[in-house]
Amino acid sequence: MSEYLLCLILFSIGLYCVVRKRNLIKIIIGIGIMEYAANLFFVLAGYRKTGRSPIFSADQQVLNMVDPLPQAVVLTAIVIGLALTLLLVAVSIKIYEKYGTFDITKINKLKG
Amino acid sequence: MQLVPYLIIVPLVAAFLIPIAGKRMKDIPPVLAACASFTLAILSCLIAAAVITCKVAVYKVGNWPPPAGISMVADSLSCLVLVTVNTVAFLVAVYSIDYMKKYTDTWKFYALFSLMLAGINGVLVAGDIFNLYVFLEIAAIAGYFLVAFGVEAESLEAAFKYAVMGAVASVFIFLGIGFLYSYTSTLNMADMAAFMTMNNSPELVVFVSVLFLMGFGLKAALVPFHSWLPYAHSQAPAPVSAMLSGVSIKVLGIYALARIFFNVFGFSHAISSILITLAVLSMLVGGLLAFGQTDIKRLFAYSSISQIGYIALGLGVGTPLAIFGALFHLVNHSIFKSLLFLNSGSIEEISGTRDLGRISGIISKEPVTGYTNLIAAFSICGMPPLGGFWSKLIIILACIQANRPVLAFIAAIVSILTLAYYFRALTPALFGKEKGEGGSGQKAGWAMAIPMVVLAVLAIAGALLIVPSSANGAHILLKDAASVLTNGKNYAMMIMGAM
Repeated sequence: MSEYLLCLILFSIGLYCVVRKRNLIKIIIGIGIMEYAANLFFVLAGYRKTGRSPIFSADQQVLNMVDPLPQAVVLTAIVIGLALTLLLVAVSIKIYEKYGTFDITKINKLKG
Repeated sequence: MQLVPYLIIVPLVAAFLIPIAGKRMKDIPPVLAACASFTLAILSCLIAAAVITCKVAVYKVGNWPPPAGISMVADSLSCLVLVTVNTVAFLVAVYSIDYMKKYTDTWKFYALFSLMLAGINGVLVAGDIFNLYVFLEIAAIAGYFLVAFGVEAESLEAAFKYAVMGAVASVFIFLGIGFLYSYTSTLNMADMAAFMTMNNSPELVVFVSVLFLMGFGLKAALVPFHSWLPYAHSQAPAPVSAMLSGVSIKVLGIYALARIFFNVFGFSHAISSILITLAVLSMLVGGLLAFGQTDIKRLFAYSSISQIGYIALGLGVGTPLAIFGALFHLVNHSIFKSLLFLNSGSIEEISGTRDLGRISGIISKEPVTGYTNLIAAFSICGMPPLGGFWSKLIIILACIQANRPVLAFIAAIVSILTLAYYFRALTPALFGKEKGEGGSGQKAGWAMAIPMVVLAVLAIAGALLIVPSSANGAHILLKDAASVLTNGKNYAMMIMGAM
């Protein structure tokens, strides 16, 4: 149970960071933290107590193993997160070139 | 059905070949992108024709039987949206040949465009929920890049805001999938629906529904989650706006929402009332905010929010007639909203500005853009006998039939509101006296004119979708698509039966 609570706290930290921080880079870090929390949750969903890694071998019998599917899913999600982070960092570098600041409140050429 | 995977393979191959060819030869990427989207349009028509008779086509990836293996599913609902999406995408690709000439490094645009198309088609044929998420992310990330394509200060800002909000939405969707998986131990949507029928857990459904409403609601730009849309859709290059507004918000938002809520969870009273609330808010807020806009693309963007409200209203009311109207409006809106955004691109080229106060006399300067814009605006305002009139009429009638006169009244009022703001904005722009200031005054080339004319013809022909006759394949497809949603959880049985 405590690990799920930690997961929730991690998620809340990330969400707080995205909502409250004014620096573009800190917002990107916040998104990263949220993604990690979501990934952690997914891996925890596949965790079994005293389970071992789900590798089949002829000489031993596997009785209790963790669910391998969340691990595969999370691997994909990490790659997606990487692409997203890359995009956000590239855009914020360009924004810095144009606006000369990382402060989100000063990046306001769009109105309405 | 062996054709289904090509819907994803073709655009992915195009996205791979374009960068290889594009660095040396400038003329190849536009042709490749147009060819790929043309192939997709033909493919989706072929699949739709097959699905009209056999109802559902399932492709097992690598021949692994579901639910363990990944499956691709094309049912009537997917096919209806597939045909719309790929037709619009082909016309947009042709339009870009001319329009994108003013940008540098256009091969990047075409590669990202193909990638986005692969993502959108992937969402439509995904048979399991995690594939749906992955393709949704492919389409969304390609979309963020495309919004920033101009690399001007404004478009970068719009892309950053869009990407941050989209990323938060994606995390919510991913968490929702995590909760669903930990309860059902499966990712296959049909299997999940069958499991949920047997072991229903109302608490879980409520919690996951909220996560999905936040996630997909943001992708669909329903009102509390709409703030990114006017920025992103107004700052992107015109073909990208047309794709985002015409196709992307519907597939990534409305289609995914409908698929999960109707076919996996089963439609409930709570979901219905939440959808109706969001829909009414979207219709009113989008419509009212559109009034104050001076930028032509922002006006169209706010009107997208308002029209998405109509689609969500139809889905929320949930009677067969309302769902039919919602899907009909979805098809119509894809056609005329992409036409409006393509028009805005050539209007910007003719008059050198997007400011409605300074655009004037488009019809006399350039009749093709002017008249197609007029047709699109008539259709979105609901002028009979254009497609937009019938779909709005069906939604309003369905509200009355479902004994919700207040909703019908609001839908009618918003329709008048739509007419009012389009009339106010476009009358001076289209008919006003020529001021002759600014802009290149340059006429749209054939590659820009033909897609606009074809879309205008489609906007008129959209009305034919409601003609019930056994020869009218489009009507049968639309009716079948509505019945896929009306039948709700029978989706599981239908897919299992086809395997």
